[in-house]
Order: sequence, then C-alpha cells, then structure tokens
Amino acid sequence: MRALAILAGNEIRDGLRNRWVAAIVLLLAALALALALLGSAPSGSVRATPMSITVASLASLTVYLLPLIALMLAFDALVGELERGTLLLLLTYPVARWQVVVGKFIGHSLILLVSLLVGYGGAGLVLQFTGGADAASWDAYLVLMASSWLLGSVFIALGYLVSVLVRERATAAGMAVALWLLFVVLYDLGLLGLLLADSEQQLGTGLVAGLLLANPTDIYRIINLTGTEAVSLLAGMAEAGRSAGFSPALLIALLAAWVVVPLTLTVLRFQRKEL
Amino acid sequence: MTTAVSIELDGVGKRYGDHEVLHAVTLAVGRAECVALLGHNGAGKTTLMKLLLGLTRPSAGRIRVNGADPTHLRGRGLGAGIGFLPENVMFNTAMTGHEVLRFYARLKRVAVATLPALLAEVGLGEAARRRVATYSKGMRQRLGLAQALLGQPHLLLLDEPTTGLDPVLRETFYRRVRRHQEEGGCALIASHALTEIEARSDRVAILRQGRLVAFGTLTELRERAGLPVRIRVLTGAGEAAAVAARVGGGLRLEHINNQTFDLACASEAKLDVVTHLAGLRPAVRDVEIHAPGLDQVYAHYSAAEGPQ
Repeated sequence: MRALAILAGNEIRDGLRNRWVAAIVLLLAALALALALLGSAPSGSVRATPMSITVASLASLTVYLLPLIALMLAFDALVGELERGTLLLLLTYPVARWQVVVGKFIGHSLILLVSLLVGYGGAGLVLQFTGGADAASWDAYLVLMASSWLLGSVFIALGYLVSVLVRERATAAGMAVALWLLFVVLYDLGLLGLLLADSEQQLGTGLVAGLLLANPTDIYRIINLTGTEAVSLLAGMAEAGRSAGFSPALLIALLAAWVVVPLTLTVLRFQRKEL
Repeated sequence: MTTAVSIELDGVGKRYGDHEVLHAVTLAVGRAECVALLGHNGAGKTTLMKLLLGLTRPSAGRIRVNGADPTHLRGRGLGAGIGFLPENVMFNTAMTGHEVLRFYARLKRVAVATLPALLAEVGLGEAARRRVATYSKGMRQRLGLAQALLGQPHLLLLDEPTTGLDPVLRETFYRRVRRHQEEGGCALIASHALTEIEARSDRVAILRQGRLVAFGTLTELRERAGLPVRIRVLTGAGEAAAVAARVGGGLRLEHINNQTFDLACASEAKLDVVTHLAGLRPAVRDVEIHAPGLDQVYAHYSAAEGPQ
C-alpha cells in the first residue's frame, strides 16, 4: 500500500507540475460551462431541465474528448519512462512491477477524478444556482460524472496496455490514436453500416446488444443517454434504452471490467518484460 | 544476511535470442572490495549489472547477491541492500533535486530528514531546490550517486559513474566510494576511464565478447599477461644512440631520441638489466622503470584471441 501511495502521489505531483491537471480542469470546465449556459437556452416545450439537456450534450462530447485525454495521459507511462531511462532505476527499488503499474494508474485516475469533480462539478453548481437543476437531473448529472471517470479510467488502462506492448514512444502515440479512432469513431460507423445492411433485420437484437456492450464508449453512451427518461427522450435513444433493457449495475460492471482486464494484461506483460 | 561474499557468479550466461551476451562468467567479489569492470562497448558490462539487479534473468548459471538470488526478487525489487547508478542516469526533469531524492528515499524507507546532509555531501546542497531540468550532466550524475547511497547499501553497482564529472568532482566521488569500502561496503564499477580506476580498484574484471577473460589484481594480471617492463635510460645530450648500441643483450629498443631511449624487458629480468645499465655509468645518467599500467593490461586482455 505504501509503495502504491508513493507512486500514485508521484504521478499526481508530476501532473500538477506539468500543468496537465490544470489543462484538463480548464478544458472540462470550459466545455461543461459552455454547454450548460449556451445549450440550455432552447429547452422550450420539452419537459426537461437545463441540466438534463446538459447531461445529454455533455455526454455526447465527453465520449470523444475524455478517451483522448486519458490516452494522452497514459500512452507513455511505461514506454516513456523506459525510453528516458527512469524506469530501469525505479525497478531496482523495493517495488514490485505490478505496484508500478497500479500505482501509476491510481495517480492518473485520480487526476481525472479531480478534474471531473472540479470541471463538471463546477458547471453543475452553476446550473444549480441559475435554477436549471432539480433532484432527478442531479442524479443523471452525478451518473454522468461517475461514468465519465470510469470511461477515462478505461482508456488510461488501454493506454498502459499500448505502453507496455511497444518499444518506442512514437509507436505508442500512434497506437493510442488508432485505439481512439477505433473505439470512438470507427466502431460505431461499422455498427451503423451493419445495421443499415441488415434491412431484413436478420441480426438478432441480442447480437446487436452484444456488439454495443463490446465497446466501452457505447456502454458509456447507453448509461448516459438512456439512463433517465428525460435524457433518453432528448437523446432520441428512449426506444433503444427501453428495448435493450440493460440494468445499470451490469453496465457499470462491464465498464469496470474494461478497466480491470487491460490493466491486468499490462501487469502480466510488464512482469515478463526484459529490461 | 551477512556473508563474506557480496557477489557470486557461477557459470552465468545470458542470451537474447541467438545473441549470446554473456558466456560462463564465474567470479566472486568479497566485502569491502572495489572491483573495476572493464570491457569494450557491448562486452556485456551493463547486462552483468542488470543480472545482479534481478532486472533480467540469466540463461545459465547461478547468481548470489548478498547471499540471495536476485532473480527470485524479480518483480519485487531488491530491498535496501544495493545502490545502483545506471549509465547516463535520468530523472523526472520537472522535479527538484530534493523532490527526486525524496521520492526514492520514501520507496527505500529512508528518513527524509537525512536527505539534506546527503545532498550536501554530493555537492548539491544549494541546487537541491532547483528543477533537475536546469542541472548539468555532472549535477545529474551527482544526484544519481546520492540516490545510490540512500540507506547505506552494502553493495554499490556503478555504471560509468564519472562521465561528465570534472577532475575535482571525480576525486570527491572516489573518496566517497573509498569511505563506503572502509565501512565494509563493496563496489562494482563499470568504467572506460582506465587511468582513474587503476589506483582506486582492488581487483579488475575484464569482459571480452561476453566472456570474463581476466579477473585479479593489477599486479596479477600484469604478470599473467607477461607484459614487458619499460626502462627509460637517460644519457648525455646526443649520446643516446651510442649508449643504446652498447646495451645489446637481446633487449628490445622501443624508442630513441637525443638523450633518452626506452628498453623493453621481461618483468623478472629488470633487475639484471638495471644492474647492467648501472655498469655503464657515467654514459648512463639515470633510469626510470615503468611497469605496464591498466591501459596496457586492458589492451592485452581485451584484444588477445581467446577460445571462442
């Protein structure tokens, strides 16, 4: 525990020192505030509070932005230190290799958590004080923040997996971008194409649901865009949400699995790595 | 665990795929001993250190460091028994010297209160509050040394420790290693700086293409190599050639100029030669005897064709 705390603390200190934390907080806060203040204007006759509108629009943007931020934090965590030569020295200290990976993960994940709490939480409070929030929309907003943290953590873990598999930092950067494209853009395009081609509806709903759950960003979308009545209406995913009928616990567990599995693979690979 | 031997290698080999980096290396280093590890680039010095640190596993043979097998410690770190200074040591440049050292100290469970004294000892007392990014190569190297000394480890593994240090700092550095030895510690220093390591090491290990081709004190290696002793003879101005012609006796004449010439003779014959030269006074004014230094010994062992 002690070593984990030291290693995590070191990542957080590094994040603060390199202005990473500041940059992420500012970005998230600016995004959330812009959507909260500008996007909530045309609520019109829809029975939704400005905050639930913000949840829908913020979730749609977060799904693009947060994985990118997380990958940028994570992609050189191991290969970068290996290239700079600091990893070799660290491993001669009384720390286990799994502790290096998990300690870094805790640090990076906490950086994201604090950034989300300050950035999105701050925007939520602004909505509260401008009268754009009620209890139900706060529930959705908190779910958004929690699931965003999980989504970010998923991509930190995926970034580490990339970082442990390659020998050069540049390769890791390229692979991180490729992962982002795959999970955030290409996967859904492919799925959409599949559904369009399947005009006969031969694919079972089970298969489509399974394909959706195989992508962490889609799990995140399902959680946030079908989570509450008001939001799912806004997002036009009410029907999808109802028909899929995934329990929130299952969705959260799946996202958590998307954290644990890549992280475990990273540890296993790292323990075998010859330095 | 306390043992008389700090490092013990028994038939250790290491191969990466088809490439054999180390082959059947056997050596033992005792307590309070300083051993110089020499060899061309790629001879296997760094690999040997990584094996001792448990960073990589030997393909053959057995390793003991402070009585324990470092490969069993693999993945768990080595504890406080070893201090390591890697070649071209690097740190997180966004941190200050003190922050870097504090990070490592906490991992090794060394009291943070002891750090200012340690930083002052390596001459970084003032600079400790500055970011490592502003440090010169020599300052980083000294921070690396401070890091290796954390917790007073029994064994110091130093890979090219004095690169980037000016002569004064080198002297300070070796004094610190000497103190480490006096306190019963052991040091293994990989180096290319032959002349400076010559006087500071108790024994010398020479690696050539992954094989240990020589291991012993400088005197032992010199004798085993049968390297000739060089005798410089001083004569009157312009008389060197004439005097040299009178020496004869099958001695090899190595160098001649106006009033000096050099003779090469076997180590055991040098007293006879000097006696002979003394008989040639006053034409011979003086003699200087130069035993082969570490650079010649190293050149001999690292170039000789051994069994492959």
